[in-house]
Amino acid sequence: MNDILITLLIIIIKLGLIFAVVLTMAAYLVLAERKILARMQLRYGPNRVGPFGMFQPVADLIKMLTKEDVCPAGADKYLFLFAPGLAAVTALMSLAVVPFGPTIEIFGQQVPQVVCDLNIGVLYFLGLSSLAVYGIALGGWASNSKYALLASIRGLAQLISYELSMGLAVVPIIMAARSFSLTDIVMAQESLPFVLIYPETFLIFFVSVAAESKRIPFDLPEAENELVAGFHTEYSGMRFGLFFVGEYINMIILGSMTTIFFLGGWHGPLLPPIFWFLFKVLGVAFVFIWMRGTMPRFRYDQLMHFGWKVLMPIALLDVVVRGGFMVWSLGG
Amino acid sequence: MRDLWRDIKGTLEPFWVTLSYIFKKPVTIQYPEQKRTPYSRYRARIVLTRDPDGGERCVACYLCSAACPVDCISMQAAEDENGRRYAAWFRINFSRCIFCGLCAEACPTMAIQMTPDYEICNRDLLNLVHEKEDLLIDDGGKDNEYNFYRHAGIGVVNPRGGNEDETEPEDVKSLLP
Repeated sequence: MNDILITLLIIIIKLGLIFAVVLTMAAYLVLAERKILARMQLRYGPNRVGPFGMFQPVADLIKMLTKEDVCPAGADKYLFLFAPGLAAVTALMSLAVVPFGPTIEIFGQQVPQVVCDLNIGVLYFLGLSSLAVYGIALGGWASNSKYALLASIRGLAQLISYELSMGLAVVPIIMAARSFSLTDIVMAQESLPFVLIYPETFLIFFVSVAAESKRIPFDLPEAENELVAGFHTEYSGMRFGLFFVGEYINMIILGSMTTIFFLGGWHGPLLPPIFWFLFKVLGVAFVFIWMRGTMPRFRYDQLMHFGWKVLMPIALLDVVVRGGFMVWSLGG
Repeated sequence: MRDLWRDIKGTLEPFWVTLSYIFKKPVTIQYPEQKRTPYSRYRARIVLTRDPDGGERCVACYLCSAACPVDCISMQAAEDENGRRYAAWFRINFSRCIFCGLCAEACPTMAIQMTPDYEICNRDLLNLVHEKEDLLIDDGGKDNEYNFYRHAGIGVVNPRGGNEDETEPEDVKSLLP
């Protein structure tokens, strides 16, 4: 009885910590993105609120919370109100399987640094990232706006297309680690991160992840110059904020997944494991921001062409070749 | 194949450019702390200048208010005892002014002039209605030497036609050329 209580308490504490850290991180990622983008364009970026603009996320939060929550006429009210939450919640739920570090001992208790070490963690993550599309699809559809509808159609098609090559790019990793559990995948990279063994798989995965995060050069669902703001055109106040935060939490999650699958998770010399994990995630996030500051947006047919005719076949071929090689080297 | 190489190069090269830009100094001028000095002919707040002797230059001829495309200048002309015209009141509504400079161009006495003082925004529109007291400055503006009445006009400084570059007034009753 006591054991169950302690386990429950540990899980609740872990959940609370993750919520606090990830939400703060998402808020400051917005600031970091604005700052880095600004510097790339020879501007300063937000630097008015507090020293170096460090309180900008707080100011943004206050602004969003105090803004009017508009529901457009003719909108499907309940879906409209529900969709932003769905976008944020599906993003947050993926964090449950992310291992931040190895199992540690606190007060004689074995505490794994992951909320729930699912033995099908990879599938859980893939499933949730597919579910995330419902936030966009429902939000855009319920808005009763042409722009939002077009954006949600685009979002749906794009996410389904790139989900495939992302799933296929994970296959060689699963074959190498011989497990669907994210912790096991990280453990398999103790000596060498998979990016050095599977560079081409990493590239495929990274491009798909960039497409999954719906950011430039794959930000067609919210292409500003065509669709105003895409699926969140009609949203205001904190509901827009939820979409926004969801996008950045998604960025953190996709960063952690890249870290777990390819960059060796928490493994690294000298520093404590959790710092290595954080550094790698932030590094991936920086590359996302860097990409946004550099690349133009794809045209829609280019996006589809690239996803189905280039990325998918290469990913398939990669799975076959890598799998064949593995079987051959095992002397099958 | 060469196209592929070109595409790969064209995709990767910009990354280096953006990265190198992070370490350059931003070109932003941080306005309230850093202010740029406008050029001397910058067109902002309008003033009424005085001649070198300290008198008002404005002769209330209404040319500026006629030239003004948004009708933001209004005044009332008056005459003092020796016939010299002046503005009894002179008003510029800066909430309507478009700072085109046509008034300064139209002014025959160089009284109305544009200055580079551009910080006149205000929360109350009525504060932007400037009266004569607000507009008059103790300076000649762009030309401190110029005094209209030393070159033309009725005899305020010198008797009529008595200025250096002036000829005597024409005797209109005479037939001689």
